[in-house]
Amino acid sequence: MRTAAWVSLGLSALLLGSTAGASAKTLVYCSEGSPENFQPAINTTGTSFDAARPVYNRLTEFKRGTTEVVPGLAESWEVTDGGSTITFHLRKGVKFHSTKEFKPTRDFNADDVIFSFDRQWKPDHPYAKVSGGKYDYFNDMDMPSILDTIEKKDPYTVVFHLKTPNVAILANLAMDFAAISSAEYGDFLLKKGTPEQLDQVPVGTGPFSFVTYQKDAVIRYKKNPDYYGEKALVDDLVFAITPDATSRYAKLKAGECQVNGYPRPADLPEMQKDPSLKVISASGLNIAYWAFNNTKPPFDKKEVRQALSMSIDRDAIIRDVYLGAGVKAKTLIPATMWSYNDSIVDYPYDPEKAKKMLADAGVKTPIDIDLWYMPVQRPYNPNGKRIGEMMQSDLAKVGVNAKLVTYEWGEYRKRLQNAEDTTGQMGWTGDNGDPDNFFFLLACNDGHAVQNNIPKWCNTEFNDLLVKARVIPDQAGRAKLYSRMQEIEHDEAPSLLLAHSTVFEATSAKVTGYLQSPLGTHAFEGVDVK
Amino acid sequence: MLIYFFRRLALTIPTFVALMFVTFAAIRLVPGDPVEVRVGEHGISPERLAFFRHQLGLDQPLWKQFLDYCWQILHGDFGVSLSTQAKVLTEFFTLFPATIELTFFAMMFAVLIGVPAGAAAAVNRGGIFDQVLMSISLFGYSMPIFWWGLMLIMFVSVQLGWTPVSGRVDLINYYYDTPTGFMLIDAALSDQPGAVWDALHHLILPAIVLGTVPLGVIARMTRSSMLEVLSEDYVRTARAKGLSPFRVIGLHALRNALLPVVTVIGLSVSSLLAGAVLTETIFSWPGIGHWLIDSINRRDYPALQGGVMLVSTVVILVNLFVDVFYGAINPRIRHGR
Repeated sequence: MRTAAWVSLGLSALLLGSTAGASAKTLVYCSEGSPENFQPAINTTGTSFDAARPVYNRLTEFKRGTTEVVPGLAESWEVTDGGSTITFHLRKGVKFHSTKEFKPTRDFNADDVIFSFDRQWKPDHPYAKVSGGKYDYFNDMDMPSILDTIEKKDPYTVVFHLKTPNVAILANLAMDFAAISSAEYGDFLLKKGTPEQLDQVPVGTGPFSFVTYQKDAVIRYKKNPDYYGEKALVDDLVFAITPDATSRYAKLKAGECQVNGYPRPADLPEMQKDPSLKVISASGLNIAYWAFNNTKPPFDKKEVRQALSMSIDRDAIIRDVYLGAGVKAKTLIPATMWSYNDSIVDYPYDPEKAKKMLADAGVKTPIDIDLWYMPVQRPYNPNGKRIGEMMQSDLAKVGVNAKLVTYEWGEYRKRLQNAEDTTGQMGWTGDNGDPDNFFFLLACNDGHAVQNNIPKWCNTEFNDLLVKARVIPDQAGRAKLYSRMQEIEHDEAPSLLLAHSTVFEATSAKVTGYLQSPLGTHAFEGVDVK
Repeated sequence: MLIYFFRRLALTIPTFVALMFVTFAAIRLVPGDPVEVRVGEHGISPERLAFFRHQLGLDQPLWKQFLDYCWQILHGDFGVSLSTQAKVLTEFFTLFPATIELTFFAMMFAVLIGVPAGAAAAVNRGGIFDQVLMSISLFGYSMPIFWWGLMLIMFVSVQLGWTPVSGRVDLINYYYDTPTGFMLIDAALSDQPGAVWDALHHLILPAIVLGTVPLGVIARMTRSSMLEVLSEDYVRTARAKGLSPFRVIGLHALRNALLPVVTVIGLSVSSLLAGAVLTETIFSWPGIGHWLIDSINRRDYPALQGGVMLVSTVVILVNLFVDVFYGAINPRIRHGR
């Protein structure tokens, strides 16, 4: 009798539980990890950016699901002085979120823009050293050498004066590190003596406001009813932190979450068969390549580089190492990016022709080379060693004996940048969808390759076009130059372009309006659950 | 007894010193420092690298870094996490209740099933029950936890829908503050109908998975210890006196057989507190195991050093408690005989 009573109590509790809170619409995203904090200016990981993104806006934004730069907190802008001055006209009437302690007394204005950039730029800013003070992205995107001054012309006009013309900065400003925080909130926390709260309890203008965070468990947000842009269609957004990919899949199947970030490639065939799920995919904004050290013979000869480009069976690598989650690359940028030149004819896999070309170029086989392989897994390279082994086997067929070499990742990168290799794997993940953010990888200064130019290849025409494209304000004009640069790069073959990885995401079939971002980010405004 | 306690306590001091050295040295043997692992393909200029290394004190000689670290620890300062900028002590106490809760239920599962099963197997030595039970316990003991957890999730949660897949609470239907970090207590304090049941529901699978290995060990240990005790003269005497089998086995034999089992339970608790990494990962359980792994990946020296020191302190205290408890129930140990 007592057992029956307990069972009945448990069941009724369960039933009551399942109806609690049913009136509010909730979207649960199974995320892969915990954020470092909620301040994109000091973060470097996609996980942390994803967690802060619902809360913040930037001056410019990427149109959801694309890399197109559109107005954000700046509703318009003018580029003048040949690309050296950009005047932003700020949106009026934009409200910041409130917290339990802080209630904003004013709308967003130019002070917030100055506050957000000065923190990352000026060492004497009161927030410069808060939370470690590492502004990696601000520095990685070369902002200190691009920016001259940021001027507040009036409360709703901000002028960026640049040291050199650079319209590609508009894409930089749409990146997460350029998120706009509330200066009023910053002042409030300074007076309270808890400035680090700015990075822990975020206040922004975004489609969702932050509610709570439990480390390694959950992040909760609620809809911002005052949002100026595309509205949130759910009342509550929940990030269920689920580090294991198989558990994320199980949760998606069980209906415990509706969007699953980063599914395992091995689970994809089963996911695609399940009618209760939707699998979407896009070419990742990245490139894996095999760089030839153009400063060392025989790789200083174009014909040798072209021959070696024909000696690697990239289809086999994509099938066996990427498990199909990749596409062969024929230019540095993926096909989803504007200015992609589809007319380029890729190098075929043709070992016989490669052998002949090597002989014609005066290379006596067998020849010994070093093949450096990546010691770490990256989004564009799932297994550097395995790819290296497959390349080694292909190269043997054309009389090239490749010795596999690697170092610890920091050391590896440093030595490659110092051109200590003869050939080596490397790659790049795009930051902002602007072609400049890929083509600068082959930039030179006064005929000397820059640090990130791993093949150490310098071509005058290519470099001139790269510089010129930075000062042309219109996209169509820039696209023509980038298109030509792709032809030069392909013909010269400074590296063999291996692959762009394919990024997959899975959602419940009940989810509508979810758009996959080519930047690999996750955004939930305009997403609904039926 | 008091002398015995203090002698055991004094023995923990060298253990602590060794621990400080090992945690300090081990993480530094892993290639890449906290600044370097943050750097992606963009690279970092030598000036910025030097600046941040200086800021973190990584440009100091190792012996000085170690002495600074010891000095900090002796003052109860475990530092600030490099990745989250939160105090290590705060992060530890935020996450540790989840690990304690899981460990407690895993041990309940292991002890409540393992001890009676082991005793029953000993009583039926050589019988079908004994053989089946020992095969199962061997299976449990040698089970790969990751595989076992995923199998249970796929079958029990996804196929049958009996338990949630992972996490500690139904995130869609429940939202309450977690002042204690123990979800069962927080659920009870929330006054939300069904919250306690929901929290309990989330504990079932992870507790079973984490408790499986200790269950196997405890069952086997209880069995062998019982077999030894059952052949003792006093058990034969008890039987000869005509006592009921329950009194002979339950009160006379089992109580004496439990002595070594207590040690095994203590050791299991220690290893579960420190080693629930896989279970916590599979079940998205926000405990310290997963946190420590994350700290290694990020080369978060303060979080890792502080975390390992704190976990070790708990493990040492548990062991001390077991030793003292064992000494209390077995005077031969206490008097060093």
